[in-house]
Amino acid sequence: MTSDHHHPDRVRPVHGHAIEAEDLRRRYSEGFEAVSGVTFAVPYGEVLALLGTNGAGKTSTVELLEGLAPASGGRVRVLGHDPYRERAAVRPRIGVMLQEGGFPSDLTVTETVRMWAGCTSGARPTGEALDMVGLAGRARVRVKQLSGGERRRLDLALALLGRPEVLFLDEPTTGLDAEGRRDTWNLVRDLRDTGTTVLLTTHYLEEAEALADQLAIMHGGRIVASGTPAEVTASRPARIRFELPAGVPAARLPLTLRAAQHDGRRVEIRTHDLQSALAGLLRWADEEGVRLEGLDARSASLEEAFLEIARSGAATEPAGV
Amino acid sequence: MAATATPHRPRTGTTAAGRLGALARAELVLLVRNRTALFVTLLMPLLMIGSIRAGLDQVGLEGTGLTLVEAAMTGGLGMALVIVVYLNLVPAYVTRREELVLKRLRTGEASDAEILTGTALPSVALALVQCVIMVVAAVAFLGVRAPQRPELLVAGVLAGIVLLGALAAFTATLTRTVESAQLTTMPLFLVSALGSGLFVPLEAFPEKVGAVCALLPVTGVVTLVRGGWLGGADAGELVRAGATALVWAAVAVFAVRRRFRWEPRH
Repeated sequence: MTSDHHHPDRVRPVHGHAIEAEDLRRRYSEGFEAVSGVTFAVPYGEVLALLGTNGAGKTSTVELLEGLAPASGGRVRVLGHDPYRERAAVRPRIGVMLQEGGFPSDLTVTETVRMWAGCTSGARPTGEALDMVGLAGRARVRVKQLSGGERRRLDLALALLGRPEVLFLDEPTTGLDAEGRRDTWNLVRDLRDTGTTVLLTTHYLEEAEALADQLAIMHGGRIVASGTPAEVTASRPARIRFELPAGVPAARLPLTLRAAQHDGRRVEIRTHDLQSALAGLLRWADEEGVRLEGLDARSASLEEAFLEIARSGAATEPAGV
Repeated sequence: MAATATPHRPRTGTTAAGRLGALARAELVLLVRNRTALFVTLLMPLLMIGSIRAGLDQVGLEGTGLTLVEAAMTGGLGMALVIVVYLNLVPAYVTRREELVLKRLRTGEASDAEILTGTALPSVALALVQCVIMVVAAVAFLGVRAPQRPELLVAGVLAGIVLLGALAAFTATLTRTVESAQLTTMPLFLVSALGSGLFVPLEAFPEKVGAVCALLPVTGVVTLVRGGWLGGADAGELVRAGATALVWAAVAVFAVRRRFRWEPRH
């Protein structure tokens, strides 16, 4: 599938990226630097998830990409243009869903979409936009009577109204129930399949794992880890846990597994080579004739990787996002 | 949600007029649904003309060259601009900002100026309609002479709209909540009502007071409107009035460009 098929009206560079940030910085007037030199790029048609703890600088970064504020340093390009200075060139081709965006509370859903459509090039028909997000049944309801999740869906409908080439979603599923979240995931996948480039921020690691081609984890205004979900987790050690049988001192464990932590009889081994560590352990248990209760071996999950990064703030080399 | 994989297709761009129209239409619906705003917009100017007239009975207009009705109706035009454009727009801008509507709109294709203008358009249109009705009614039923220099009258009204719209946006930046808009709009309202010749023509004031009042934001607009409608103003006075109105409008627009806040304070 070529994305060009879906964007016949626009010239797309063969090389290059839909979104580029280079040493991007944002300093607020109070002097606080929320974004301290962020570099990444999103290829056309890919989904990048920007992760991070609260205050990591995700929203501050996204607002620079959306052209809502000028960068205080560095370079940013969206579809080849400066999103702040060349707003008129960029805006008709992007869709934005803010973390907190508002709509007049006394307008109905339909009136809101109609207002937005008047400000959106090539807007979808209102009914189609509401169908996409499952709000067709709420068309005549005032915005103030919508639930938080329904407002999120309305916001998403407006972000999608102009069939954007690049979509910015700042915490798109916060406040949604499980079904709403799954619906949004499916929508994002459909959009990617039709060639839309998506940059999303999220608190939910499983969301990033489910949707993103690439991840970037921010901490303290910088990107501290990046790559595909597999790459990010692969750089973290796997772990093996078990209970040491009574009467077996930890000193009898094979030498290769000495990096073990003891907590009473519970043992945790961290390893970058899960297969051979596990094989060694099982061989040893076999030879010793001991039974390892509660044996549990797993690769690092994104959650573990994330928590470790958030705790330490340790910088790992960006892996080519 | 329906899985929709609609292909992107060549799109028609939006125009400034289309964007302004869409914003203004939504704002008009909101104005109609807001009883307080509707009351302020439709009834306050009429009540004000009544109270201007009542007040003038006490002051006396000797030496101003104006009749009671002339003073009341020309003051009424200025009052309609101040009330319908200024008093109405400050809470409208504050509400849209606090609801995060302005921030959301700024992610779209409309420019900053279009967002502020589109929001103002329904109030501006209503102010214009009221001005037309007042002039027609005054000429047809109250025996006021027809506008002597209509071009000056129109210029005065238009300058007033730009000035008061910009002042409304600037006042909104100083206003945290819709409720406090009732307070923050008072200084300009009172200064204009008393010092810019809305209630009492400046000619009725002592000369030095009148000279100071001539520099107030809305005075130039009122002088143009009165001179355009009733005639008789000398060229120097009109030039000064026009300059005052333009300078204030330019300062207000500049202040909005520099200082307008698009989202709530945290």
